Amino acid sequence: MTPHSTAMNAATDPPTTRPPANQPLLQVEDLVVEFPTRRGTLRAIDGIGFHIDPGEVLGVVGESGAGKSLTGAAIIGLLEPPGRVAGGRITLENERIDGLPPEAMRRIRGKRIGAIFQDPLTSLNPLYSVGRQLTETITTHLPMGQAEARRRAIELLAEVGIPAPERRVDQYPHQFSGGMRQRVVIALALCANPRLIIADEPTTALDVSIQAQIIALLKRLCREHGTAVMLITHDMGVIAETADRVAVMYAGRIAEIGPVRQVIKHPLHPYTVGLMGSIPSVGMERARLAQIDGAMPRLTAIPRGCAFNPRCPRAVERCLADRPELMAKGTSRVACWLHGG
Amino acid sequence: MAAEAQRAAPAAPPAGPLVRVGALKRYFDVSPTLLTRVLERQGRLILKAVDGVDFAIARGETFSIVGESGCGKSTVARLIVGLYRPTAGAIEFDGVDTGALRSRRALAPLRRRQQMIFQDPYASLNPRWRVCDIIAEPIRVFRQLDGNAAILARVGELLQHVGLAAADGEKYPHEFSGGQRQRISIARALASKPEFLVCDEPTSALDVSVQAQILNLMKDLQRELNLTYLFISHNLAVVYHISDRVAVMYLGRLAEVAPTRALFTRPRHPYTRMLLDTIPDLAMTGRQRTPVAGEVPNPLNPPTGCAFHPRCPFADARCRAERPEPQRPKDGGPEGALVACHAVEEGRLPADERAPKPPAAAR
Repeated sequence: MTPHSTAMNAATDPPTTRPPANQPLLQVEDLVVEFPTRRGTLRAIDGIGFHIDPGEVLGVVGESGAGKSLTGAAIIGLLEPPGRVAGGRITLENERIDGLPPEAMRRIRGKRIGAIFQDPLTSLNPLYSVGRQLTETITTHLPMGQAEARRRAIELLAEVGIPAPERRVDQYPHQFSGGMRQRVVIALALCANPRLIIADEPTTALDVSIQAQIIALLKRLCREHGTAVMLITHDMGVIAETADRVAVMYAGRIAEIGPVRQVIKHPLHPYTVGLMGSIPSVGMERARLAQIDGAMPRLTAIPRGCAFNPRCPRAVERCLADRPELMAKGTSRVACWLHGG
Repeated sequence: MAAEAQRAAPAAPPAGPLVRVGALKRYFDVSPTLLTRVLERQGRLILKAVDGVDFAIARGETFSIVGESGCGKSTVARLIVGLYRPTAGAIEFDGVDTGALRSRRALAPLRRRQQMIFQDPYASLNPRWRVCDIIAEPIRVFRQLDGNAAILARVGELLQHVGLAAADGEKYPHEFSGGQRQRISIARALASKPEFLVCDEPTSALDVSVQAQILNLMKDLQRELNLTYLFISHNLAVVYHISDRVAVMYLGRLAEVAPTRALFTRPRHPYTRMLLDTIPDLAMTGRQRTPVAGEVPNPLNPPTGCAFHPRCPFADARCRAERPEPQRPKDGGPEGALVACHAVEEGRLPADERAPKPPAAAR
């Protein structure tokens, strides 16, 4: 965050030009993420593709190890080495952003793509006051002086619902509660008015009553600012309340993607069906929950054909040999031989 | 295992609850060091994690405690299995006051009958021990079987009972996934043939599909072995699924106790109502949640009167001054229902009927 980069920003970043409405904001095509290890290369993400429209909330749901967080990290260029994007394209507003040099990527992060992570405490620097972190981000990405940036920081804190922002702006992260810290993180993500926010489990570390507040806040802000969100979570409930469309991931691939109502009420992929049935729900009297036996395969042992076939109650011979790609079915797309091919 | 007669059942099972706690309190001294206190003229700092809790758990029942972090639910669990000593109050197990038994030896027969399953299956299994040694430890400690062969055979049985293979005993915990580790924890908890299991967020660290496996396993085991569960969770949907009766805790005290269905369809305490409002709407009825403002106050400095009053839309002067005690609601309510709320007692609260979701939502 040097003055040098601030100047460069001001010079190179014209006011955001809106792409035509029919063009997606973010397009991911055939993305592959690999981890080279001593015992060979592991494919954590194996050819996934999706898009996010301007102002849209895309939920990405899946169990641990499905690759949902890695997808987010790949888009904002924060893959932990030795992980690397080994194939595919990521385009933001018609500009290819995968494989950009770190400095160029750093200018996109924060300015055009904001990020919210699970643990608000590790997203904030404990040694800097909240106001300093906000003003630093603002002056890095926007042509603003210190005084103006501080005014904007206070406005942002007020906007995310922090009481007495004039006083709170000079406090340190440890003086905030968990829910208030997550609000600060959201304010940080909104600093430069990004077009897209990648939110990775933004409510998982929070108590249920705070969770509801944060979801309501995210929804309101994105509606007001027209910001698109890629919402990564394992919690179908959060997706049901927040997302417009949802992508269900399994073993590094998208099993099913479609309008959230469609996927939740009428899931097509046997994995989605099992997942929905395994969620306990208030008001539903069931002696037993639907159970998907077994566990998601390790990256070292992804089965041939459809990765879900060993656990699938409806697997047929073809599932053991041929890997299904996403196929259109109604308003959804699903990677399952039951539905076409 | 059935042939083994799971537990030495007394000829006539005694009436009365299996577990009863009365006026249970646990305070933690979180004061700064003496030197700091003297230099900075500070007093002692006492955290009242559990501040007067009463309940009883019947045999074969699943009793759940829900609440947000810091409400004291895990402390209650740890008090009951003896990981903490109570500051005040009584814990009775099968009619025996555990507070009266001070020595380890006197407590051992009781401890055998109650076991605990912890939240984090990565932290609760010793990574240097083979699984068979982990599961055999309670058997060895309580000298239930003699000879390695007999113990190993029993471990194999236990592993199969929780859905693993007998041969898995040779492996180390790191060779298992989170769900499998939780199965190992359950096998260990069952090893001493207990009657009562305290489960502290046993599925919170697990993915939903694995959570379903573990919840189904727990229900199956309960039926087969006639177990009694104390289930601690913050996940209301899980609690709804597994419990017979539910207690809602807030800042170290009980806000409301009621049979599961009654609590979820006709919540009385304003805090219970608020908690129910936070459940995400998976049925997608389009119902708008109204997030309640405010957060759980600092337990070191709880509000006066009813601890919930700063967040309660129905609070008045009495709520701010006088602490409500749990009592039977005026209109009776279901058997065993208790509410600690002045507004409910005075009839100031509108009834809150929540129709259970239409069965069409069920698959």
